[in-house]
Amino acid sequence: MTTTDTAARIPLVDYLALEPEPHLVAQECTKCGARYFDHRDACAGCFEADFRSVDVPTDGQVTAFTIVSYAPPGVEAPFVAAIVDCGGTPVRANLVDVEPNPEKVSLGMKVRLVTHSLGTDSAGTEAVGFGFAPA
Amino acid sequence: MASGDVWILGIKMTKFGKHPEIDSVGLAAEAARAALADGGVSMRDMGVLAAGNLMGGGALGQQLQKQIGQTGIPVYNVANACATGATALRTVVMAIKSGEVDMGLAVGVEKLSGAGLLGVGGAKKQGDTWEPSGRQGAIMGLDGRVNTDNMPGTFAQIGMEYGHKYGGVSFELFARISEKNHSHSTLNPLAAYTKAMSVDEIMNDIMIAYPNTRPMCSANCDGAAAAVLVSDEKLKTLSDEQRKRAVRIKASVLTTDPYEVGCQVLPNVNTLTRNAAKQAYEAAGVGPEDLDLVELHDCFATAELVHYDNLMLCGEGNAVDFFSSGAAHRTGSTPVNVSGGLQSKGHPIAATGIANVWEICHHLRGEAGDRQIEGAKVGLAHVIGLGSACGVHILEKAAA
Repeated sequence: MTTTDTAARIPLVDYLALEPEPHLVAQECTKCGARYFDHRDACAGCFEADFRSVDVPTDGQVTAFTIVSYAPPGVEAPFVAAIVDCGGTPVRANLVDVEPNPEKVSLGMKVRLVTHSLGTDSAGTEAVGFGFAPA
Repeated sequence: MASGDVWILGIKMTKFGKHPEIDSVGLAAEAARAALADGGVSMRDMGVLAAGNLMGGGALGQQLQKQIGQTGIPVYNVANACATGATALRTVVMAIKSGEVDMGLAVGVEKLSGAGLLGVGGAKKQGDTWEPSGRQGAIMGLDGRVNTDNMPGTFAQIGMEYGHKYGGVSFELFARISEKNHSHSTLNPLAAYTKAMSVDEIMNDIMIAYPNTRPMCSANCDGAAAAVLVSDEKLKTLSDEQRKRAVRIKASVLTTDPYEVGCQVLPNVNTLTRNAAKQAYEAAGVGPEDLDLVELHDCFATAELVHYDNLMLCGEGNAVDFFSSGAAHRTGSTPVNVSGGLQSKGHPIAATGIANVWEICHHLRGEAGDRQIEGAKVGLAHVIGLGSACGVHILEKAAA
């Protein structure tokens, strides 16, 4: 065994932190508190350009969802796409570990962040994705 | 006539649907020449041309001039997603209001038959090793892995979000909105689809993105629309017949979405529409209760619901009750999308923002035949391009 095991993972997006426990990290404007999940040039709300990384709660509530049944080639359907309010920070995600059926998914349902493997590249690095599962 | 107003002198849309025999420039030419003829003027009278064609190469205006008249006037090729047509119209309004020209032509065209899903990001090709790229450091395509990049699913969430906030939404409710528009289009010979559909048929059709089935999505099709605009001063010099059919643009507004929490997570199509509506009502000196008909951007059944509220056709949070009361039906107090809307009339993207103004003008002029809203004097046309841009035009019948 080598000691490279823990390094051989890469998150699907760089705002997904895998350690110590998987969670999302937002870029928060130090002036107005607006939160973003992308590399910023400046804040769209107050135009300042100073940000700090903040951990987003892993528990949340579904405020909108759809079940995508018809998707372009290369995208597996059906899947549940949702907006999850994580303690006041809205997050885009898929719902996982739930049947893609309107009977099984509901507005207001409580969910929590989970991760899953998206495969391994030729260097043996495992890609890790995230979703929200019923809490 | 108050000075400074801009009027629609001539306006026309082509039949929406499949036009395999004609290219985009040809369709735009058909609409433009018909709009000029409708206004009793020619390319010689135009001081400016604004042209929109989202799927083309961005030079529709010059290509169109080469077919219908090269007079050396400035051309503005505009693009603003599904608000492209309204943007072309507004470009000509601004040129006339600035005093630089007294007449101008706005054109929008799209060929979309068989285009399938729009707004497709698609999955990125996976390389040999994971390589983060883009502003989110993504190692593979995010469509389907982190929510959806496609329009039906995005607007489905927008409708569901309204339900989460105010309650009362259901699959059947959205299907009933679609039933209304498909029923309205049976009276519109220029609509891409003119077949009524029952709520059952709509709910049992192919599911695209719950709760939007195929007939609840805007219909991809070919089509063009064009409008000739004229200044108040210039209109006074024209014939009685031209003045009688002219339609006054009481308000022409374009907005984008101001920053709000979550607006970069799920597009917020509400605030910019509400802002545009507020500005338009104020500029026009009318309120929602004065509208005889409304053409709003029902790109999906789920979108129509939220825009009842955004355009303030009902009180905040009351869109479900507003629709359920029958108010939005052509026989109701505020007929909405009597053309059949994007779901049934069709949605050739860049043409839509002028075609919906044509629909309003058709009624204000009393020329809408079987689907005429009797005595229509004031109407509102709304479009929204995701990303976002919102265009609102309020139009008024010429004083007798």
